[in-house]
Amino acid sequence: MNFDFSDDQKLLQQTAKDFLDEHSPLSVCREVLESDAPYSQSLWKGAAELGWLGTAVPEEYGGAGFGYLELAVVAEEVGRALAPIPFSSSVYLATEALLLAGSDEQKKRLLPKLVSGESIGTAAFTEKAGQNGVEGVEARVEGGKLSGSKLPVPDGNAADVAVVAAQGAKGLSLYLVSLTGEGVERVAVRSLDPSRPAARIDFDGAPAELLGTEGGGAALAESLLDRAAVLLAFEQLGGTERAFDITREFTLQRYAFGRPIASFQAIKHRLADLWCDIELARSNCYYGAWALSNDDDELGEAACLARLQASRAFDLATVEMIELHGGVGYTWEYDCHLFYRRAKSTSVVLGSPACWREKLISRLEANRAA
Amino acid sequence: MDFNDTPEEAAFRAEVRAWLEANAKLRGPDDGGGVDLGERVDDETLRAAKAWQKKKADAGWACIRWPKEYGGRGATAIQSVIWGQEESKFNTPPNIFGIGHGMCGPTIMTHGTPEQKERWIPKLLSGEEIWCQLFSEPSAGSDLAGLRSTAVRDGDDWIVNGQKIWTTGAQFCDWGILVVRSDPNAAKHAGLTYFVVDMHSPGIEIKPIVQINGGTGFNEVFFDDVRIPDANRLSEVGNGWAVAITTLMNERASIGSGGGRAGIGDLLRLAREVELDGAPAIEDSGVRQKIAEFYVRSKAVQYTGNRTVSALSQGKTPGPEASLGKLVGAVLIQDIASYAIELQGAAGVLSDSEHTAHEGGWQERYLGIPGLRVAGGTDEVLRNIIAERVLGLPPETRADKGIAFKDIPTGPPSK
Repeated sequence: MNFDFSDDQKLLQQTAKDFLDEHSPLSVCREVLESDAPYSQSLWKGAAELGWLGTAVPEEYGGAGFGYLELAVVAEEVGRALAPIPFSSSVYLATEALLLAGSDEQKKRLLPKLVSGESIGTAAFTEKAGQNGVEGVEARVEGGKLSGSKLPVPDGNAADVAVVAAQGAKGLSLYLVSLTGEGVERVAVRSLDPSRPAARIDFDGAPAELLGTEGGGAALAESLLDRAAVLLAFEQLGGTERAFDITREFTLQRYAFGRPIASFQAIKHRLADLWCDIELARSNCYYGAWALSNDDDELGEAACLARLQASRAFDLATVEMIELHGGVGYTWEYDCHLFYRRAKSTSVVLGSPACWREKLISRLEANRAA
Repeated sequence: MDFNDTPEEAAFRAEVRAWLEANAKLRGPDDGGGVDLGERVDDETLRAAKAWQKKKADAGWACIRWPKEYGGRGATAIQSVIWGQEESKFNTPPNIFGIGHGMCGPTIMTHGTPEQKERWIPKLLSGEEIWCQLFSEPSAGSDLAGLRSTAVRDGDDWIVNGQKIWTTGAQFCDWGILVVRSDPNAAKHAGLTYFVVDMHSPGIEIKPIVQINGGTGFNEVFFDDVRIPDANRLSEVGNGWAVAITTLMNERASIGSGGGRAGIGDLLRLAREVELDGAPAIEDSGVRQKIAEFYVRSKAVQYTGNRTVSALSQGKTPGPEASLGKLVGAVLIQDIASYAIELQGAAGVLSDSEHTAHEGGWQERYLGIPGLRVAGGTDEVLRNIIAERVLGLPPETRADKGIAFKDIPTGPPSK
């Protein structure tokens, strides 16, 4: 029995961590957060050169030919560094959509550029507040032209290609749309986490290329979101652990009433409880990674478990981080808010916890009926 | 990331399975389970349990983790887990030897003399003799080292006076491991001595404790001038705390993956059966959200248990991390039982097996579960253990350090 990553996978993880420790200290996240730049170009280039973008892409399309377990451990480190790059959008959404549903020609045409980092992709599903996936899509494709508005599009300003959900002739479908071509207007929108900003994109006659089957968009989007949820959960896990480690370290250094605040039982117990929630998140993430890498029937349930517990742990850890830092935790200067913003954003970007809890129960009940 | 056995583990599992199939019947849906916390064991169960233990011992399948010289197999931790997984599939008598095999035996093997080991280990392994643990006292639970029962030297014997509490199975046990205060003038931890006591000794009185759920598995054990031969002392006089630590470490080493027993499957079933606003409760979005939260946590506890087993499989020794299973699991069981009763609406006031959903099982569980949050380390103690041993945070400040035991305050000052 081995409910753990292999030594090779752990080595890959350590390599990723070493690279990010050197090239993506928290100051890099802060730089992007404080600027108008939608991401760090140099860091993106570095990630691409290390082959991370093509971790789970077959070699015939320019990828490294590894699997999702390898991608998961890289994701964890990307999250731990709060790396300000469109990794999740381009790799877990756009690249994955092509792997899932692209024709051989589409894969040959588009994957190598996504893998090299020359192209950045994302997905554009929701259109207004309250939506979580492709329910309520009003954007339309007629005669190969897309019109409608998408909001928010994660990494919408960094990306040059998007997988867009729109109503086609046979119903909801997914389309590949160039964001640098005609009929596309992008508006940067102020984001809760400017280190991973979103955009509004208005389409008016933009060329749209069908991805997958006509009318098969809902099922494809569902599958895509599940896979992205597991991988993003690893980023959330890495970020959670970093937030926790910084907090723990702070409580050991900060003295009050003649002793480190870490020696007060109330603080000890809160950190112990937080540690439990983080371990629980790790366990559900591992289950998600297993289901994803085996393309198991249990992925539908596993994705919910991984996302929900990782989101919960990240939320708890970042709220506690500010609180346990006291006043300085509330300053712009301290790094606490970088984590606070990232936690809340990642907990909703692929759909809110409420939406995923509903997914979980629906799937459990559907499995029972089957 | 692989849930399957290694080839060696698979071979061992097959061997275990073969013996069990030849000597027991598979557990059916109507067959009973184990003994619940605080459930009193009856004579029939006692007889059956001893017979099964002897059968295993005769075939070399008893206490397999123990060294071969003591009758075990020198099995690894993961082999012990595999044995447990396979045995639980069969309709065998409840295990009443958990304390003896899990705590008493390992303590004697670590601290006993060759004569003591020879005297006690074989019959403990075979189930011929049953053991209990006499540690907690009314004034010393979490603060175990603050215990007050006394032992005074008298020739070749010691005279013990005092009271122990929460002693599972005292009423049918032959021997007990006992920690008492041999020097009240020394500091708290320094004046303790560890003994093995014959539970049939004159002066021992056993009284069942009635729990909030009516169960009587626990006892108070009173010592009135009980005579214990010095030959039954384990380790040096005054070294009782170190020996007690060995016992407690072994208690913590028992791994369980409790998540599956939190009742989430039963909760889902209940939600399908009871109605809310004229439709099955499971169709209500509020109910779905709540159950989903429980489900996420319940599975997370289960998978955390898998990671612990996986670590054992790799030869690692999980330590204080194991506190998580009980800390999170016990609260989860209580929260789920609480919610299940609420789902029953006003009918939740009933606990009658004929008129209540799930035969009153949720009400029963709700009454039973508070004990688990306190037994084997309270939630608060477990949090301290995680904070100090896993997270490396500073230890508690002590108000009773370096003081003679007799000078330590034990209650509010009298006016």
